Amino acid sequence: MQINKNIAISDSGFIFNPSSGDSFSTNNVGLEIIRLLKENKSKDEIITEIVTKFSTDASTLDKDLGDFFLMLRSYQLLSDND
Amino acid sequence: MSKLSYERPFIQKLNTGSMNKFGTKTEFAPVTHLDGVAVSRLIEQYGSPCFVISERQIRKNAQNAIRAFKTRYPKIQFAWSYKTNYLSAVCNIFHQEGSLAEVVSIFEYKKALQNGVEGSKIIFNGPDKSEADLTLAIDNNSLIHIDHFDELYSLVGIMEGSSKKARVAIRVNMDTGIYPMWDRFGFNYENGQAWNAIIKILAHKELELVGLHCHIGTFMLSTSAYATAAYKLCDLAANIKVKYGHAIQYLDLGGGFASTNTLKGSYLQGADVVPSIDDYAEAITSTILNANFHQDELPTIILESGRSLIDDAAWLIGSVVATKRLSDGRRATIMDFGVNILFNAFWYDYKISPAQEFTHHTEDMVIYGPLCMNIDCIRENINLPLLNKGDQVVVHKVGAYNMTQWMQFIQMRPKIVLIDMEGKTHILRENESLETMMELERMPEHLKSVK
Ligand SMILES: Cc1ncc(COP(=O)(O)O)c(C=O)c1O
Repeated sequence: MQINKNIAISDSGFIFNPSSGDSFSTNNVGLEIIRLLKENKSKDEIITEIVTKFSTDASTLDKDLGDFFLMLRSYQLLSDND
Repeated sequence: MSKLSYERPFIQKLNTGSMNKFGTKTEFAPVTHLDGVAVSRLIEQYGSPCFVISERQIRKNAQNAIRAFKTRYPKIQFAWSYKTNYLSAVCNIFHQEGSLAEVVSIFEYKKALQNGVEGSKIIFNGPDKSEADLTLAIDNNSLIHIDHFDELYSLVGIMEGSSKKARVAIRVNMDTGIYPMWDRFGFNYENGQAWNAIIKILAHKELELVGLHCHIGTFMLSTSAYATAAYKLCDLAANIKVKYGHAIQYLDLGGGFASTNTLKGSYLQGADVVPSIDDYAEAITSTILNANFHQDELPTIILESGRSLIDDAAWLIGSVVATKRLSDGRRATIMDFGVNILFNAFWYDYKISPAQEFTHHTEDMVIYGPLCMNIDCIRENINLPLLNKGDQVVVHKVGAYNMTQWMQFIQMRPKIVLIDMEGKTHILRENESLETMMELERMPEHLKSVK
C-alpha cells in the first residue's frame, strides 16, 4: 500500500495531486490518515494512532478505513505495489 | 487529554468550474427539534421510524386558507378531503376549524359520522356508491355529488315515491388547458354531458340540485386552470338560472392546490415554483365575482384542498440502518423507513435533514429504505453530511397521502404522534404488531401444524 508521495496537503484538508492536476478536500480524520500513510505507516499502526487521538474504536475505524482506502484508490492516490 | 471528536474519514474530488449539478442549496442544516420537541426524545419515546404531526401547523394552514379566500369573497366553505389524511384526530382539527367532511367511500363516510360530523355536513364524492350508501346519505341529508349516469338513475330509482328530497350536485370534468385532462370522473362540460345530467336532475322534483362540483387535478401549478374551471361552472349555473329559474347554492372547486414539496424531475425547489394560496384564491374568486350572479344569489365557494393544507404539517423521523458503497462509487444510505410508509416518494423528492450536528463535509448519496425490494428508493440523489448507523433524520412535508396510502409490506407500520398547541405529544395511531396483523387472518384446522 503506497500513497502517492508527490501530493501536496494543506492544514485545512485541501489536497493537490500535481501529476494529474486533480484537487480534493478531506476532513480531519482523513487528513490525519493521509499524513500517516505518507509516513509509510501500516493499516494497524494507523488504527492505533487514530484510536489514541480520536474518540472511536478499532472496529468502527477498521470498517471506515476500508471504505476510505477504496476511495483513495479510485482517485489514484493510493496504489497496491507494496 | 480528551480525545478529538471522530467523523468517518472522507475525501471528495473538487470539480472546479463545474456547477453543483443539483442546482440549488444543499439540505444538511440539522433539524434537531420539531415544534420545540427534540427528535431524539421523540424517537426514544415512540420508536424509529415515527410520523409526527403538528397541530399548530394544521391550524395555521387552515386559517391561512380561509383568510386568503374570505378577504376576497364573502361566502367560503372548506371541506376536509378525508383521503388525504383520515386519521380521526387530524380530521377533527379541520372540523374544529370549520371544515365540512369530503369523503369518497362509505368507509370514509362512516368515519366522518363517527367523528361526530352531522350528516348534512358531509360531501359524498366518488364513483362507487351503492344503493345502500346512497340511501344512508339521503336519510342523513348529505350532499351527494353524482359521478355518472348509473348513479343518477340509481338515485332516481331510490327516490321514486319518496316524500324526501335528496340534495345533489354533479361532478363536472372539463378542459382547463391542463394535460392530461381528468375526464374519468363526473360529466363532461364540452360535449354537453354535464348539461344533460343537469336537465335530468331538474326533471325530478325529489332531487334538489344544490351545487356544481369539479376537481381538475392534483398538484396543479397553474392558477389559470382554476379560473377556467370556475368560469365553466359559472356558465352552467347561469344557464340553469336563465332556462329553469333555479339558483345554484354552491360551486365546489375541489382540491388540487400544490404543496411546497419538490416534484421529482423538477429542476427548481417546490417552494420556489408553486403558487401561493392567495394566487389560487385570486384566480377563483375574481372569476366568480365577474360572472354576474345576482347579489342575493352569489353561490358559496366550497374548496376541498388536501395536500396544500397538510403536507407541511407532518414529518417522518427515522434512523440510519447502514451505509455502504455501491459498485459505481456512490454512497448508499439505508434508512429504517421506505416506500412502504412513504408512498409519495414515488412522486416527490422529499427534503431530508439530519437531526444532529455535523461538520461541514457532505457527500452525494442514494437513500434506500429497509425493504428487500429494488423499488425501495427514497431519494436517488441527495447531498447530506457523513451519516453513520444510528444517526437520526427528519423527512419533511409528509402529511398528505402517506398515512392513508401506506402499505403493510415486509415491515409493520409505525406510530403516528401529534404535537399539540402546547408542545405536548399524543399517540394518534399505535404501531402495528404481529398480534394486530394476525387479528384478521384465519387458519384452517388442517394447516395448523407445520409438520
Ligand atoms: C374529489 C376530490 N377532492 C379533493 C381532493 C384533494 O386533492 P388535493 O390533495 O390535491 O388538494 C381529491 C384528491 O384527489 C379529490 O379526488
